[in-house]
Amino acid sequence: MARKSQTRDRGYGIFLVPGVLLFVLLVFAPFVANIALSFTRWSGVGVPVWIGLANYQKALGDAVFWASLRNNLALIVAITVIPTLIGLFLAAFLFDYVAVKIGKRTANVFRAGYYLPQIIPVVIASVVWRWMYQPDWGVINYVLRSIGLGALAQNWLGDASTAMASVMVVMIWFQIGYPLVIFMAGLQRIDPELYEAAALEGASWFQRFSRITVHLLLPEIYVVVLTTTIYALKVFGPIYVMTLGGPGTSTIVAAYFSFKNFFDRSQVGYGATIATVLTVLVLIITIFYVRIQSRQQAWENQ
Amino acid sequence: MAPMALPTTFTLENLINTWQKVDYTNKLLNSFYISLASALLALALSLFNAFALGIGRLPGKTFFLIFFTIAITLPNEALIYPLYYMFKEIGLYDTRLSVILILATLNSAFGTYLLASVFTAFPRELTDAALIDGANKLQLLWRVVVPISMPALSVLFVFFFIWTWNEFFLPLIFLVSNSNQTVPLAMAMARGERGVVITTQSAAALLGVVPCILFFFLFQRTLTRSITAGAIK
Repeated sequence: MARKSQTRDRGYGIFLVPGVLLFVLLVFAPFVANIALSFTRWSGVGVPVWIGLANYQKALGDAVFWASLRNNLALIVAITVIPTLIGLFLAAFLFDYVAVKIGKRTANVFRAGYYLPQIIPVVIASVVWRWMYQPDWGVINYVLRSIGLGALAQNWLGDASTAMASVMVVMIWFQIGYPLVIFMAGLQRIDPELYEAAALEGASWFQRFSRITVHLLLPEIYVVVLTTTIYALKVFGPIYVMTLGGPGTSTIVAAYFSFKNFFDRSQVGYGATIATVLTVLVLIITIFYVRIQSRQQAWENQ
Repeated sequence: MAPMALPTTFTLENLINTWQKVDYTNKLLNSFYISLASALLALALSLFNAFALGIGRLPGKTFFLIFFTIAITLPNEALIYPLYYMFKEIGLYDTRLSVILILATLNSAFGTYLLASVFTAFPRELTDAALIDGANKLQLLWRVVVPISMPALSVLFVFFFIWTWNEFFLPLIFLVSNSNQTVPLAMAMARGERGVVITTQSAAALLGVVPCILFFFLFQRTLTRSITAGAIK
């Protein structure tokens, strides 16, 4: 085995050394150490005490932990479900209405505009949204009051009943550009004759959209859905900046809850447990993603 | 200025005040230094890895690629405490180097994944010809593979740079002293100060966003093309 790999290696193996070395040191070892810590009680100083599965049992009965997972689910709606749907409609609209009737340049300007939030550091965007939501002088309440809808003014991020919805709005705004760009690129691949044929057969715009566009964009839809779901599970910055998980636990998410246990409450073992559960959830989706990608590649190579 | 009233005067005073108050020059330099160093290191690591896996077609290629793919999606929380502890022990905690090393390694996972698939399609005749002419592996990489893969490499560089520039979690944990902080970190922290005037805060946000928007317009075409390439391939 070793001899065989050496003869096939022909001097390329050495190029893997720096990358793999750093990877083992800075990713693999910490990853394993974190899993090990999840079976211990540790404050960050002294020696960790092995407590078996106690942290996992604690998580199962912990209302805050479940609240954080529910909020991650809400973020999947805001980051995956809604942007994918809006992205599909917008991409189709820009592609076969704006680009055709008004011009390709205009469609490209719109696409760039929708994508712009994606390149701004999400943390800074969150800082700005925080002021917009501010109850006394924030622009949202200001506009509501000045058009006579002062009754609708809220303490958007400070009230447990509106906080999560307000965070979701920010994430939708932030996220729409990503599916849009991917779908518009995918649309280039579709043969315009298909649309012409369908139009001749008397198919309505919506029928063409649902039967042709959505069907042919399925590979892109898989990619968008899976990558954004992974992202939704990992959200940290916007929560840290806008709400710190509050009020109460109304906007707490798994990543922030784990951070809080690590660095605020010195419950390193429990923090590691939550991080491990989060990792397992992410890995399950990653496995789906890898399988679908390899199936697509196999299909393309045929 | 009352917050409810419309602005009455135009002034650059707030921008200048904020610039000085948060020592924006220092934050900008930190962000630039960390992003540049980390992007270059990540690019070098990805290039070496992908050269061995994609051009060299080492046995176990699939294993390595799965290994790296999983790393792309790992939540940072699953690594952060052991990293924090480790860097404290070796005395690199609260240094820009710590963030550069960690982000470069994490980003090189994506780079390896992308470049390896680009290199798998690299014309065999070219590499074989170079080797027959007596080039060693390093010359093959530097004289043949790198020049031809320039488009893919530059896209990756832009990606790495922006990702590092926008990163929040790792700098939050690792860069505790004020003089090491990056632009997003300083902006997020500025909100905590009491009695900060709204216009000053707006100026701060503007200063935080401008570098990204500049970057966006500089690389708009490369970027939109590459987001799709990165996602589908």
